[in-house]
Amino acid sequence: MSRFSNFQKSASTTRKSINRVPSPTLAIGVPWVSVILASILPGVLVIASAPIMPPMGFLLFISWRQLRPGLLPVWSGLPLGLVDDLYSGQPFGSAALLWSVSAIVTDVVEARLPWRSFLTEWLVASGMIAVYIVMGLALANWAGASTPLKVVAPLIMIAILVYPLAGRIVAFFDRIRLTPFVEIS
Amino acid sequence: MAPPANRRPGYSRRAQYGTFFGYLAGVLGAVIAAVLLIVSIFNPDLFSGLRNGASQITEPAGGAAARTRATGRDVLSVIEGYALAGKRTAKLRAELEEAKVRLAESDAVAQENKRLRQILQLSKRQPSPVTVTRITSSTPASTRRFATIGAGRSDGVEKGMPVRSRLGLVGRVLEVGYSSARVLLITDTESIVPVRRASDAVAGFAQGAGNGTLRLRLLDLGINPLKVGDVLVTSGSGGLYRPGTAIGVVTRLTRDGAIARVLANPAATEFVIVEPVRAPEANRPLEEDQGTDASTASPRARTGGDQ
Repeated sequence: MSRFSNFQKSASTTRKSINRVPSPTLAIGVPWVSVILASILPGVLVIASAPIMPPMGFLLFISWRQLRPGLLPVWSGLPLGLVDDLYSGQPFGSAALLWSVSAIVTDVVEARLPWRSFLTEWLVASGMIAVYIVMGLALANWAGASTPLKVVAPLIMIAILVYPLAGRIVAFFDRIRLTPFVEIS
Repeated sequence: MAPPANRRPGYSRRAQYGTFFGYLAGVLGAVIAAVLLIVSIFNPDLFSGLRNGASQITEPAGGAAARTRATGRDVLSVIEGYALAGKRTAKLRAELEEAKVRLAESDAVAQENKRLRQILQLSKRQPSPVTVTRITSSTPASTRRFATIGAGRSDGVEKGMPVRSRLGLVGRVLEVGYSSARVLLITDTESIVPVRRASDAVAGFAQGAGNGTLRLRLLDLGINPLKVGDVLVTSGSGGLYRPGTAIGVVTRLTRDGAIARVLANPAATEFVIVEPVRAPEANRPLEEDQGTDASTASPRARTGGDQ
């Protein structure tokens, strides 16, 4: 009897995914929304008196660029970076510039490194994260601050170690993005 | 590895143009961002309206998160409390004994203070706060240290007002929106607070070190009189911050000053108090000042009238 009900259950779930397609809005919109959320949320959840949180917006942005190349267009660094700038405290335009440049850099690396492996992706991302954080510091100092370089050393380490987690988050959002639930009429 | 010679997506002209214009837009985006960056560096206030609008949007979420943060901290401290209960109780008991004595002493001082004030015919003016609010968000990853508070122009907050918690100074209002304001925390490297040692008049400046501590530089060069554990309070010189607000504790000595730990860690404070600015009315005649008393006037009317 139980076996029968199991069968029925599985049949019903299969039937749910038959005749369904992913929502086009979600398929396009989820990457954008997830990066914006990652820019805003860490600041709301933690009140920090020192820079300790990794730049989650940037991590998710390069994760999307690496895991789903082409889904976020090359120019997406400008709008997403501007949103990040509104909340990050950096001089306005700093993230927009650095994200735009890193979007181009990911494409160049993509063309030169056709193989995919967890380690190479992590290595490339680590380099970009380190440059991004140091450049962010340089731009903030140019705009009036005077933070020494050693302050960001722990931040760079944390950000590099958190990067695989950002990849996981992106993979999770990617699954949501492509869940078929819209009925074909 | 060298990139493949043929990088065309296929024979479709449309696809080829799409890739080309994509890259063009990417490079253009970088150029536009660079221009914005240079504009914002030379004119930082230009985008403050945009930033305030943005923080207005996240303000409700920030308020909710502030409550949750408080609860989360409680849970952690309960767990920690179980682990360290015995040791802590003994320590607290010893501190309490000492505090009782200190309290009696400070009562005596307060009495004497009152008597002296009566002799000098000075009215007691403890400035009432402009408003009490929550810290709704802060900059997480940037080396700049800004926080957003859930009160703005509509609550009477103005640019330059000091923000403090029960434990000490938190920062200073930098930009004001309608119902939120941006605060420069004292740990930011651009924040410089004139301070003195609480016990005597050793004066100096406390500048944010960028890593959550303060860098203290003394005014008088020579032998460094500071000791680890000294409490620093604002000295009030310069007129921006009210004198006597606690700010930090010396944790390490340096050649020309010290490194201090901030007392009012913004992560551990649920409510912050926005105080009126002192400076604009610092030079006002005394008679005029006595007309507005603490009990009668509204907080707005007495902005700065604490002399």
